Amino acid sequence: MIKMSARSDCSKREATLIRTLAVVFALVTVSFFIMILGHNPISVYISMMDGAFGTGYRLLETLRKSVPLIITSIGISLAFRLKFWNIGAEGQIMMGAMGAAFIALNFPQLPAIILLPLMAFTAMISGGIWGLIPAYFKARWKTNETIFTLMMNYIALKFITYLQYGPWKDPAALGFPKIPNFSQNAVLPDIFGLHAGWVIAIILVILSHIFINYTQPGYEIEVVGGSENTGRYAGMNVNKIIILTIFASGSICGLSGMIEASGVNRTLSVEITRGVGYTAIITSWLSYLKAPVIPIVCILFASMIQGGTFIQMAFQIPQSAAQILQGAILFFVLGSEFFIRYKISFVKQNIPEA
Amino acid sequence: MKKLTIIFTLVLSLAIAFSSCGKKSPKSADGKEVVMGFIYVGPIGDGGWTYAHEQGRKYVEQETGIRTIFKESVPEGAEVKEVVRNMIDQGATIIAATSFGYMDYIEEIAKEYPNVKFIHCSGYKMGPNMGNYFGRIEQPRYLSGIVAGMKTKTNKIGYVAAFEIPEVIRGINAFTLGVRSVNPKAEVHVRWTHTWYDPAREKEAAKALLDEKCDVIAQHQDTAGPQQAAEERGVFSIGYNSDMSKMAPKAYMTAPIWNWGPYYVDQVKKVMAGTWKPESYWEGMNADIVRLAPLTKNAPDGAEAKVEEIKKKILAGTFNVFSGPIKDQKGKVRVPAGAVMSDEEQLSCNWFVEGVVGTIKGK
Repeated sequence: MIKMSARSDCSKREATLIRTLAVVFALVTVSFFIMILGHNPISVYISMMDGAFGTGYRLLETLRKSVPLIITSIGISLAFRLKFWNIGAEGQIMMGAMGAAFIALNFPQLPAIILLPLMAFTAMISGGIWGLIPAYFKARWKTNETIFTLMMNYIALKFITYLQYGPWKDPAALGFPKIPNFSQNAVLPDIFGLHAGWVIAIILVILSHIFINYTQPGYEIEVVGGSENTGRYAGMNVNKIIILTIFASGSICGLSGMIEASGVNRTLSVEITRGVGYTAIITSWLSYLKAPVIPIVCILFASMIQGGTFIQMAFQIPQSAAQILQGAILFFVLGSEFFIRYKISFVKQNIPEA
Repeated sequence: MKKLTIIFTLVLSLAIAFSSCGKKSPKSADGKEVVMGFIYVGPIGDGGWTYAHEQGRKYVEQETGIRTIFKESVPEGAEVKEVVRNMIDQGATIIAATSFGYMDYIEEIAKEYPNVKFIHCSGYKMGPNMGNYFGRIEQPRYLSGIVAGMKTKTNKIGYVAAFEIPEVIRGINAFTLGVRSVNPKAEVHVRWTHTWYDPAREKEAAKALLDEKCDVIAQHQDTAGPQQAAEERGVFSIGYNSDMSKMAPKAYMTAPIWNWGPYYVDQVKKVMAGTWKPESYWEGMNADIVRLAPLTKNAPDGAEAKVEEIKKKILAGTFNVFSGPIKDQKGKVRVPAGAVMSDEEQLSCNWFVEGVVGTIKGK
């Protein structure tokens, strides 16, 4: 029979080998699929790399897609360290964007130097509160945060829909349900051709690394995440730690929403997250919740999205085919994590004879 | 040995990669390769709106021999700007953005790329390198209304509609005017879906209308969902965008349809000749950009003759769909007898004609 057991002996070399094999398997599997579509898989793959990194512009597009992923992954990983399964990043991003839009639409004339920080602040508070609600319920009544945060996403989505079709609808759009564009003051400036969000992403990565590894609250999160009882025994206020951490997690996701609304969309809409809140769960998990690894994984992930867009246009393959390709790569890579974390052995079972 | 294999694979794959890049597009007057990009809101297989544009793209390739690229299922959000950048990166020199909600983003990005030509479908904004285009689909819609008006027994016709914007409102009005020109007792019941492309939601809306005793379903949606609802309940339907007879063979009677190809080819030829200028293109059946699809056997007797009669008048320019007297839902005369709704009034139309049952929210 097959026996599974957790392993801790997987060396770095082995882990790298397993992951590389996973990618190879994925590419081989998808090759058949591409051939069925009538294309040469090798040229499709090369073109995919070319589309993601081939020119300065394409690299910039890849980075542009990675910024919200990085910031949101940082936010999520904070909650995951506590073993608080925050599936609610999507909603927290939306509420953050909503908070930022509220300021941007009501005070369009404020100078950028005041307006942008105010938008960021409001976004962080809004996203934070959206995370705080399930955290409070968990700390107080032990509710299941996975379901709770997931449901909060739908509430946020419906709320933004309501705003877009109702009170915030642009009267100048002749009835089309869209929220007005932000004024120029409310738009994040470009730094080296990319909106300033990337600077914020780098700062957050560094801060989060320092916070987790070199500060007392960071240490407390590690302890409580390992075992709540250990934390309690050591005299930590577990509920307070949970609530504060999740608030921070939510506000970082909210900030990501502000950056997307201000730097990319220049308005608020139901399309604002583009599923980043869910994708970031995968990226932070693949990064082992380690801040320095997050940017690498996110850029690789973004390159897959950008490369997918590129081949779709270059080879005129359907959108769904590009998504199957991404899905298959992800399936194998995530699947390989299982073999890194668990050992599978075939053992002969000795059934006692009756 | 291992190294050799790797090098060999690399060389081989590079050769394959480059060999596929051989095809070059014809050039424009200034020596630049002309490549046209198409941005679609739905998948090319939607059997409706996007499908009709995709037919136009294929027509362009066939007629002009230029290279075209497309990207499907692009949401009406900031993503459209990234798609534009990607297309320009792949060589696009003229880009057709085929959904209303792209308008502001196209306007914004057109400023960043002054050398690229943009045409935006169904919007109203213009720029030094951005034009817009649409067709007077109201004309075939009016004709399809005649068919529906003659067919209905319950005198209730259902109309599944996407958004409360002038384009859609205008279509409902034209359709209703057509219905009531042959059947003054009939009413057109409107239900909003707030989506262009969502087969399930469109179908649900049609079913709700059928529950209200409607026996003909018309639509301003991108898919054949409403047609299928009519087919399942054994009633009749008017399609939109492209011939939907295959999707609902027992229900479908006819449809106002698009014929984008000739317009796209004209634009490409102007770009190649270096004479392209942004314009606001809005032509009707006489330019053959819009048509009424052939009537099927499901259409009522006598409809063909009546449709032909009005169609001739439209083509001759002696009949305007929006000529007075036209009353609104409250019975107030909006267009007096002898007058015609101006283009401006049509483009900003936010009221329903008499005979429409439905409301326009957030007016």
